[in-house]
Amino acid sequence: MDALIAVRSRGITKAFGEVVALDGIDLDVAQGQIHGLVGPNGAGKTTLLGLLLGLAVADSGSLEILGTPVGRALAAPEGVAGFVDGPGLYPSLTARQNLAALADLRGGTETAGIDAVLAEVGLTDVADDRTRGFSLGMRQRLGLAAALLTKPRLIVLDEPSNGLDPAGKRHVHGVLNRLAAEGTTVVLSSHRMDDVEALCSEVTILNTGRIVFTGPLSKLAAENGELDYRLVTSDAEAARKVAADTAGITVDQAVSPNDDLFVVRGLVPALDDLVVRLVQAGIAVREFAPVVSPLEAAFLALTEQQEVGQ
Amino acid sequence: MTATVADARPAVAHPVSVARGYRFELVKLTSQWRIRLIVVACWIAPALFVAAVSQQTSLPVDTLFGRWMHATGWAGPLVILGFSGNWALPLLTSLVAGDVFASEDRLGTWRHLLVAVRSPQRIFVAKALASLTVIMLLMAGLAVSSAVGGLIAVGNQPLVGLDGHLLPAGNAAGNVLLAWVCAIAPTLALAAIGLLGSVALGRSPMGLLLPALVALAMQLAQMLPLPVAVRLALPGYAFTAWKGLFTSPGQLAPLLIGVVVSLVWAVTATVLAYLLFLRRDFTNLTSDGSGRRAITVGLVPLAGLLAVTIAILAAVTASATAGIQQTKVEAGVSTAFAHLYRVQTKQLNRPDVTEAQLQASTACTKGDGKVDPVGPGNDWRCVVSWHLPGVAATGQAIYQLDITADGRFMADGDGPKEVNGFFLVRTPIGDAPNPLWQFDGNVDLLPTPKG
Repeated sequence: MDALIAVRSRGITKAFGEVVALDGIDLDVAQGQIHGLVGPNGAGKTTLLGLLLGLAVADSGSLEILGTPVGRALAAPEGVAGFVDGPGLYPSLTARQNLAALADLRGGTETAGIDAVLAEVGLTDVADDRTRGFSLGMRQRLGLAAALLTKPRLIVLDEPSNGLDPAGKRHVHGVLNRLAAEGTTVVLSSHRMDDVEALCSEVTILNTGRIVFTGPLSKLAAENGELDYRLVTSDAEAARKVAADTAGITVDQAVSPNDDLFVVRGLVPALDDLVVRLVQAGIAVREFAPVVSPLEAAFLALTEQQEVGQ
Repeated sequence: MTATVADARPAVAHPVSVARGYRFELVKLTSQWRIRLIVVACWIAPALFVAAVSQQTSLPVDTLFGRWMHATGWAGPLVILGFSGNWALPLLTSLVAGDVFASEDRLGTWRHLLVAVRSPQRIFVAKALASLTVIMLLMAGLAVSSAVGGLIAVGNQPLVGLDGHLLPAGNAAGNVLLAWVCAIAPTLALAAIGLLGSVALGRSPMGLLLPALVALAMQLAQMLPLPVAVRLALPGYAFTAWKGLFTSPGQLAPLLIGVVVSLVWAVTATVLAYLLFLRRDFTNLTSDGSGRRAITVGLVPLAGLLAVTIAILAAVTASATAGIQQTKVEAGVSTAFAHLYRVQTKQLNRPDVTEAQLQASTACTKGDGKVDPVGPGNDWRCVVSWHLPGVAATGQAIYQLDITADGRFMADGDGPKEVNGFFLVRTPIGDAPNPLWQFDGNVDLLPTPKG
């Protein structure tokens, strides 16, 4: 079956004076996918999100959003919502008034619709408070509610987890996952690798305006070199011995303050083999997790590689 | 193989209508406590001020029509109009039009607004209309409130015009309304300058204060003895030219010129603000204004407009002087004296005389005759002569005149005591203010057509 493409760009470039913000961007984002954009500061993430939202037009290249070629006019196609550089809220209005004004602007949404999106992002209790006193996390959630109000088919979010406490983050993740499950495409940028890994099925890594990787997270992990994993078992001494005997695994000899924990290094197949051997040896594996996430490791490796190449 | 989403559903961008954008902007403006406070103040404070001042024994005689506040309720809205043209309206336009674009910079909401509305052009139109609506609401408040305050406190009495003639209450009401309507034009010019400043200078305080600063500069310019063409070319001239409505015949040419010039400025500044706004890069976070472009697209064309207007007006009006000449001053004093003499005659219950019977004439000198009798100054001295039917002797009264650069003068009576030397006259029903003791007048700065 054909995969529906929500965003397709070919050879997109965008410069601000002498500074090239985007340089030949080819990107496909499938419908119903949560797609992460990561990259160091100044990599071009916000510029790319701005193009998707119709805040800027590319200098060259082609961009199709929800099947509509984007022209030279500053306007996003119907069905696109979101925010860059934080949500736009008016502090003299309450949360409900902010959404009501926005709904009226876009053709009206019944009160029930506003109440529903407020409930969805967990802001029902503060719906009638002025947003002047809102924390960053509450503003982020209200920004998401504003985006949901128009029932978009593509949501573009810049750092949506900024300022969110763990409960708020879980709430927002739940909303985004539900939207994706219902067929809405989500493109988000983040500096939080754990967020991207938890949410995104595909990721694009940008550096100095160029794509250095785009594809599924699993592909990224496979392309990685050796990874450091923390290992906590029921018998640390026996586990060290098993690890040392496993081909392709190196045991970090540094002494851990926690005797039950040690670090091993290896490629993904060798790490898989180690787990099998530990279980066969009757050693319970209590924790087996990357010291640095695969995405973060890839991000650092890819961006550093490019800087060295330059 | 892949397919785009368009295969499933076509997606076409639909910008938000101007009407919806306008409503959105009004909601934002009226939700600000500052704007609400100003609206309430504009609809209440003038009434309280006019009512309170009208009851005082000491009236604001330095302000046009201030000396008549105890006599008619229609003087109050004119006093407020004079004050508003100088101070209130420039400040109000600063706070509303000067902030309508800059507030989005301050709140960081431009991107949100653009995504929601999908049309910078419509955002501009909606913001301009919304700020104009609020400014008109404030202006209406100033006018209505001051009129209501005056009518309640003093009543619907005839108004003494700037040449001393008596306007019946109905005519006074019409002229007061017309004066306020004429003041809309320079207010629009200031509002457009506010929009331009707000677009060009972003969150800089200069953007917010631009209309007030321009108005202050124009006030200072109006105090200088500038050539009439320069004076008329300033976009705020109609803030003072409305006084021409209160002479008979009306000095309408300066008012009409002032209104047209103001409207040209309003349109030009709005178009410039529009062009600057459309060229703005909304993806650049560090840029909240247009920097150098503000000078080339904003300031230079307006300076050019001023120069062209001065040249056209100098050619059309054939006036390169300050416009205050001896013959005009003498005519102005004679006319006002004759009209007010009739008012005094009525007060004193004497037999009525007409202006034609009085044959009032005036001889004025400046600086004790040591300087040319032209231009503004407080060293004008005039001797008014008149005749009464059946009386052989010629009556004479002396006035010291203070003439300001905009043509307004205040004549201060210097005797004889029973005519103009004392501020009260003894009438059959008690002492009353003497209309001939001090009076205001106006010199038409434009050359008088030769018949």
